[in-house]
Amino acid sequence: MTTNEKPKVGFYWCASCGGCEEAVVDLAEDILGVVGAVDIIFWPVALDFKTKDVEAMADGSILACFINGAVRNSEQEEMVHLLRRKSKLVIAFGACSHLGGIPGLANLWDKKSIFQLVFHDGPSTVNPQGTEPQPKLEDQGRHVTLPEFFDTVRALDQVIDVDYYMPGCAPTPKLTLQALQTLLSGNLPPKGTVLSPDVALCKECPRIDTKPEDLTITEFKRPHQVLIDEEKCLLAQGIPCMGPATRGGCEALCIKGNMPCSGCFGPPGRIRDYGGKILSALASIVGSKEDAEIVKIMDSIPDPIGTFYRYSLPVSMLRRKKMEVVASDKK
Amino acid sequence: MSDNKNKAVQETLAKGAAKADAAYMSRRITIDPITRLEGHGKIDIFLNDAGDVDRAYFQVPELRGFEKFAEGRLAEDMPQITSRICGVCPTAHHMAGTKALDDLYKVEPTGPAKKIREMIYNVFMVEDHAIHFYFLGGPDFVVGPTAPAAERNILGVIGKVGVDTGKKVIAMRRRLREVITTVGGKIVHPVFGLPGGVARRIKPEEQKHFQEVAQEAVEFGKFTMKILEDVVLKNKEYVDLIVSDAFTHKTYYMGLMDENNHPNFYDGQIRVVTPEGKEYAKFPTQKYLDHIAEHVEPWSYVKFCYLKNVGWNGFKDGPDSGVFCVAPLARLNAADGMATPLANEMYQKYFDALGGKPVHHTLANHWARVIELVCAAEKFQQLANDPELTSDNIRRLPTETPKEGVGVVEAPRGTLIHHYKTDERGVITMANLIVATQNNSARTAMSVEKAAKGLISKGIVSDGILNEVEMAFRAYDPCHGCATHSLPGSMPLAVRIRDLEGNTTSTLRRDSDGSIHKE
Repeated sequence: MTTNEKPKVGFYWCASCGGCEEAVVDLAEDILGVVGAVDIIFWPVALDFKTKDVEAMADGSILACFINGAVRNSEQEEMVHLLRRKSKLVIAFGACSHLGGIPGLANLWDKKSIFQLVFHDGPSTVNPQGTEPQPKLEDQGRHVTLPEFFDTVRALDQVIDVDYYMPGCAPTPKLTLQALQTLLSGNLPPKGTVLSPDVALCKECPRIDTKPEDLTITEFKRPHQVLIDEEKCLLAQGIPCMGPATRGGCEALCIKGNMPCSGCFGPPGRIRDYGGKILSALASIVGSKEDAEIVKIMDSIPDPIGTFYRYSLPVSMLRRKKMEVVASDKK
Repeated sequence: MSDNKNKAVQETLAKGAAKADAAYMSRRITIDPITRLEGHGKIDIFLNDAGDVDRAYFQVPELRGFEKFAEGRLAEDMPQITSRICGVCPTAHHMAGTKALDDLYKVEPTGPAKKIREMIYNVFMVEDHAIHFYFLGGPDFVVGPTAPAAERNILGVIGKVGVDTGKKVIAMRRRLREVITTVGGKIVHPVFGLPGGVARRIKPEEQKHFQEVAQEAVEFGKFTMKILEDVVLKNKEYVDLIVSDAFTHKTYYMGLMDENNHPNFYDGQIRVVTPEGKEYAKFPTQKYLDHIAEHVEPWSYVKFCYLKNVGWNGFKDGPDSGVFCVAPLARLNAADGMATPLANEMYQKYFDALGGKPVHHTLANHWARVIELVCAAEKFQQLANDPELTSDNIRRLPTETPKEGVGVVEAPRGTLIHHYKTDERGVITMANLIVATQNNSARTAMSVEKAAKGLISKGIVSDGILNEVEMAFRAYDPCHGCATHSLPGSMPLAVRIRDLEGNTTSTLRRDSDGSIHKE
């Protein structure tokens, strides 16, 4: 390696929506600077490349690989192992990779129940033969293959070793640019660092001044049930806002859109069970000491999993719903 | 002596094994994955003894199962949860979900709220169509279908049309996305949709800014059409390719239309025309289950939509096959004109040039897409100038008990359907999602196979031929993230050509710089 060779950087996607790719493209004019400073050797959405090119590289020869998406099938599992081997640093990029993300809500089910609905029971599905996609299919002597669909969705660090985490669904261009600059500076933060300010979102919320010191709630309100005041703290309006237990860095984008934080940046600090954290934060402001009344107040949040664990079920203590048969779940 | 004997036995065994391999390997070309689309796809082409195409499978290798994990979620969270189906078109899913909530709660959004939603939706259409024209599909024409692979990308487009144009595209895209961010909170993924309206008002100074961006967008649309005319339509070779039989299928066409049968991306009724261009059906979106069904194949995770009343008769075109087509080509075929003046002029010119309605040429999608880009920009401008845009009256609170709702929009890639059922608390008990690319999946698979059959013979494959096969799917701008409510995988490309014994005779590989090598 010559001294004037630019550091190699890769981007890769697993079970995700492509929004993290858009977040990188949203660097807009700044992307020209990035392209000037690094050699992007791998970026499916924007560049043509080949897995073989990566396989041929020496182990550890990529400076940093940004991997987004959760691990949902066998192809993704193989790819992330390959990229780990070839990269000095692996960054779990975005909520799905960091915490499991919204696709991780599928851990409330398994392969069998998902296939049953998608390929058999859906109201527009017509499947009298009971056909399902096959990992290995012989069709008139022709062998056709598909990746194996797992029962359980995993975050990236449940499959390979991860050096850093970039939170968000999706991460902001500003944080992405900062992360790239930090990595290129060589002045690396401690392993395991989440590359966003370690403060609660409330600290950077434009409505912080309207958050009462002694906030109490006697009924949670859902956003479609009330006209939301555009200036006032959402929690003070009774709307479950994940701000108090969510890491800052996004600059309160959803709140600027006059909607509550839904927690995509995950927890501050080293807290692993984000849902438990926000649940206890909200429980502490419930304005009652009577059991029956507390139950009633908490019942005004009819979907605790989707509300508190929307982005983090796979890495939580709950991890997945226990199903009777989880046959293909190897891990 | 015994060593030699062993060797001979081993050789015989090896030969037998090779023959057995060859028996099922036959000759096979794998394109994995295909490139310049949203998401992951794979093409497996099987050749017969003569080296001609026997069968080509256009495969989508993933699934995430959104319908299943939607169960138990709160209805009002669905526009945000389902936008995670696709980060490229989150606004389409967000809007279809929001409209499904209107229907679920039987609450009509206020006038200003409707205008805000429709304006943002058209901004999104401009931005998304531009991405396809400049980054994904356009390079095939602007640079050339058989141009060196290294140039067949956005950089090649910039090389052909100039650096200033490249900067213009990047800046336009950023400014359009900033408009969506202002109203939607986030660009990936917006949060503003609520049953009966939108979450946030537009301030007067914001409206002024939107008007400036809208003016730029209309100019950008005209400029894009000029590039298409100069570079593509004035080139006889390209026009011949567009109208060639290898890229033609006569199917039904579908699109969301207003009361004048002009395409409306945000709202309307679903209209279907026959392969001859006659109206076959027009129905309110709530009736979609009477008309659309999904077929399952064992070789792909994507389901194949068809017209229920015609029936599934395999991967065939013609009036007896329920296979239909959505997205720009289909919307223009299903329409009687465009709702805005500039786009309508372009619409007339398009059909005049291509021999009248309907146009069956898959590659004409690129032209139709630019006409729609102009239409969306004009619509954006109309709405940005609307005095009601800054009204405070942006929400109507739901009062009905929720039960069932359907929301439909035209996503850039075609008709997108969200259908929810809930309990009385508004907790989802059933979600059915039919996405644009799925509506197109049967015709896309047919197009890939027909192109492969028309272009590959005697086992001869070149990079140019290979790219022309890929152009057959690319014209649809498929989004496999959406199609399987899943996304991605990798985008490398290798084509192995095997002989009868199953041995690889040569490999075409595409490197990270886009160059193609034969090994």
